[in-house]
Amino acid sequence: MLNNSIKLNPKLFDADVEQIPIRKGFGEGLLRAAELDTRVVGLCADLTESTQMHLFKQRFPERFIEIGVAEQNLATVASGMAAMGKIPFISSYAVFSPGRNWEQIRTTIAYNNVPVKIVGSHAGVSVGPDGGSHQALEDMAIMRVIPRMVVISPCDAIAAKKATLAAALTASPTYIRLAREKTPIITTEETPFEIGKAEMFWRSKNSPLKKGLSQGRSEGRGIFPSVGIIATGALLYRAILVAKRLDSEGKYVTVVNLSTIKPLDEEAILKLAREMGAIVTVEEHQIYGGMGSTVAEYLAKHFPVPIEFIGVNDRFGQSGKPDELIEFYGMGEKDIYNAAHRVMLRK
Amino acid sequence: MPPLTDDKIKFLTEKAADIRSSIIHMLILAKSGHTAGPLDMADILTYLYFHALKHDPKTPSWPYRDRLVLSNGHICPVLYATLAHAGYFPMETLKTLRTFGSILQGHPHRDFLPTLETSSGPLGSGLSQTVGMALADRMDHGRSSGKQFYCLMSDGELNAGNSWEGAMLAGKEKIQNLTVIVDRNNIQIDGFTEDIMPLNPLTDKWRAWNWHVQEADGHNFRDIDRVIGEARAVFDKPSVIIVHTIAAKGIPEFERKFEWHGKPPGTPQEIETALKALDDIRTMGGKVASPHHN
Ligand SMILES: Cc1ncc(C[n+]2csc(CCOP(=O)(O)OP(=O)(O)O)c2C)c(N)n1
Ligand SMILES: [Mg+2]
Repeated sequence: MLNNSIKLNPKLFDADVEQIPIRKGFGEGLLRAAELDTRVVGLCADLTESTQMHLFKQRFPERFIEIGVAEQNLATVASGMAAMGKIPFISSYAVFSPGRNWEQIRTTIAYNNVPVKIVGSHAGVSVGPDGGSHQALEDMAIMRVIPRMVVISPCDAIAAKKATLAAALTASPTYIRLAREKTPIITTEETPFEIGKAEMFWRSKNSPLKKGLSQGRSEGRGIFPSVGIIATGALLYRAILVAKRLDSEGKYVTVVNLSTIKPLDEEAILKLAREMGAIVTVEEHQIYGGMGSTVAEYLAKHFPVPIEFIGVNDRFGQSGKPDELIEFYGMGEKDIYNAAHRVMLRK
Repeated sequence: MPPLTDDKIKFLTEKAADIRSSIIHMLILAKSGHTAGPLDMADILTYLYFHALKHDPKTPSWPYRDRLVLSNGHICPVLYATLAHAGYFPMETLKTLRTFGSILQGHPHRDFLPTLETSSGPLGSGLSQTVGMALADRMDHGRSSGKQFYCLMSDGELNAGNSWEGAMLAGKEKIQNLTVIVDRNNIQIDGFTEDIMPLNPLTDKWRAWNWHVQEADGHNFRDIDRVIGEARAVFDKPSVIIVHTIAAKGIPEFERKFEWHGKPPGTPQEIETALKALDDIRTMGGKVASPHHN
C-alpha cells in the first residue's frame, strides 16, 4: 500500500496520472527561493529555457548572468559570487555541468566550501533522440565522490521544487539532478521533503509477522519472500508499480525513495536491509558509482544482504524514445520485477 | 582542386538544394533536431564534399583522405545528408535520423557511423582534436603530407575556452594544413551571439593567435572557392575562414531567427512553409522543373 501518512498522489495508479518534467519543478523552486532570499542569483550557459531558469531570469533579470556556452566559466564565476555572499544556482545539461567542469567544481566550489548549487538537467537515457553524448549517466558518481558535496535526485517535479528551496537554505555545495521528459507526479505539496532523509513510499499489506512467521536473525531473513526496493529519480514510479504487482503475488515489499544520495540516510537503509533481507536499487544512471553503489558500500560494512542493481551496465546511451531506451538498458518494470525475484532467491 | 567552372557551380547549386530538401524531410520525420545550422551550412558542406575534399565514399577509411571534423555536432543533419548524397550510405537511411538503432544518431557517434572522424555534440572540443590529428600526421609524414585538416565550428562554440586553447596551440605549432571554418550565423540558443556573448571583433581574435584569417559569403560558391584556395596556399600558419551565413538559409520565414536553432518544422503550417520554400529553390520559384526531385 502507498504510505498514506506522507500524502502521495491519490491518482498515482490512474492510467492518466499527471505527468510533468522534473526540471519544471526546479524552475518554480528557484523563482520562489529568489523571492524569499535576495542572495539567490542564477547563472546559465546558453540553455536558459531548457533548464527552466527562464522563469527566474524574467522575474529577476538583474540577478541573472548569461555565461554563454562556457561551463567551466559557469562554475568558476559562481564560486566567485559565492565568495562575496551570494547563493548561486548554475544550470546546464548534466553532461556539461557537472560533466565538463568537474575539476572547477571540485576545487573552486567544494574545496573552497562555498554554497554553489549545481543543477544538471537532462540526466539519464530518457533524454531520448539527442543520443548518448547528451545523456548524463555518470553525474551522480562524479558528484558524490567530492567531499562536502550534497547530491539530490528528486523523483518528480514537486519534489524538485522542494529540493531547490531546501538547497537554497543550506551552506553546502549541492548538486541537483533533473530530467528532461515528462514523468508521473508521485508526491503532493504535503509530502515531506528533507535533504538527507529517505522516505518509505510503499509497504505491503502482506506482513510476515501477521502470518506468525519467525524471522530468525533479521526479520526478512526467514523463508517469507520479502524485498526492499530503493529507487531514486523518476524510476521510483516504475518501482512502485512493480511493488504493487509483487504485493498481489503475496510478496512482502517496501519501497524507499532515496532522493538524497549524499549524505546517505544510513538509518533508513539499515532498517530496510534488516527488515527485508534483500535489496533492489533502481536508478537511471551507471550502476558503477551510482546510488546502488552508495547503498552497497554502506551495507557491505554494516549489514550485508543480497543486492540487485537496476541501472545502466557500463554502456553509453543512444538515440531512441525515452521508454524504449529505459527498457533497452534494463531499467523497465519487467527488469525491476525480475531483479526482485532474483534477489529474493539469493537470500 | 579542379577549377570551379560555371557548370560546376550549377551542379553544386542543385546539389545544395537537394541536400537542404533532404535535411528538412529528415527533420520532419524525426520530429526533433536542429534546423538553422544545418540549412545555413549546406552550401559549405556541398562545396567541400563535391569539390574540395580528397575522399572516397567507397573506401571511407582511405588513409590519405583529407580529414573533416564537425565540431558543432548538432548540425549533423547536413553532414548526414551530404554523406548520403555523396554515396557513403543509402539515401533511405536518412529517414532513420534520431531513431533507435540508426547509424544517424541525434549527435554524431562514431560507434554507429565509423565514417566519422570523431563523435561530437558537446561543443568546443573539435578544434583541439583536429589539431591533434594534424600534429600526429606531421610527426609521421612531415609538413607536406598532402592531407588537409578541416574543422567546422559554430560561432556559439567560440564561447568555450577549449576552442581558444586549440587555436592558441595551432598558432604556436604553425599547422599550415589546418583550416577552420566558422559558421558565423550570429545565433545561438538563448539569442543572438552579440547579446549572449559578444564575439566581435572576431577576426582580430584569431589573428592574435597567429592565424591566417579570411571572411567569405557562405552561400556563394565562388567566394567559398576563393578562400579555401587561399587557405591551402598559406604557408606556416593555420587558416580560419569566417563564413557569413544566414541562419536557416533557404526558408525565408525561418531565416535569421534563433528560435530555429534547435527544433524541426513541427506544426502543419511550419511543415508546409518549409517544403514550399525548398521547392521554390529547386524550381527557381516554379520557373523550371527540377531534375533532382526525389
Ligand atoms: C559544451 C556544450 N554546452 C552546451 C551545449 C548545448 N548547446 C547545443 S548547441 C548550443 C549553442 C548553439 O549556438 P551555435 O553553436 O552557434 O549553433 P547554431 O544555432 O548557430 O547552429 C548549445 C549551448 C552543447 N552542445 N555543448
Ligand atoms: Mg551560431
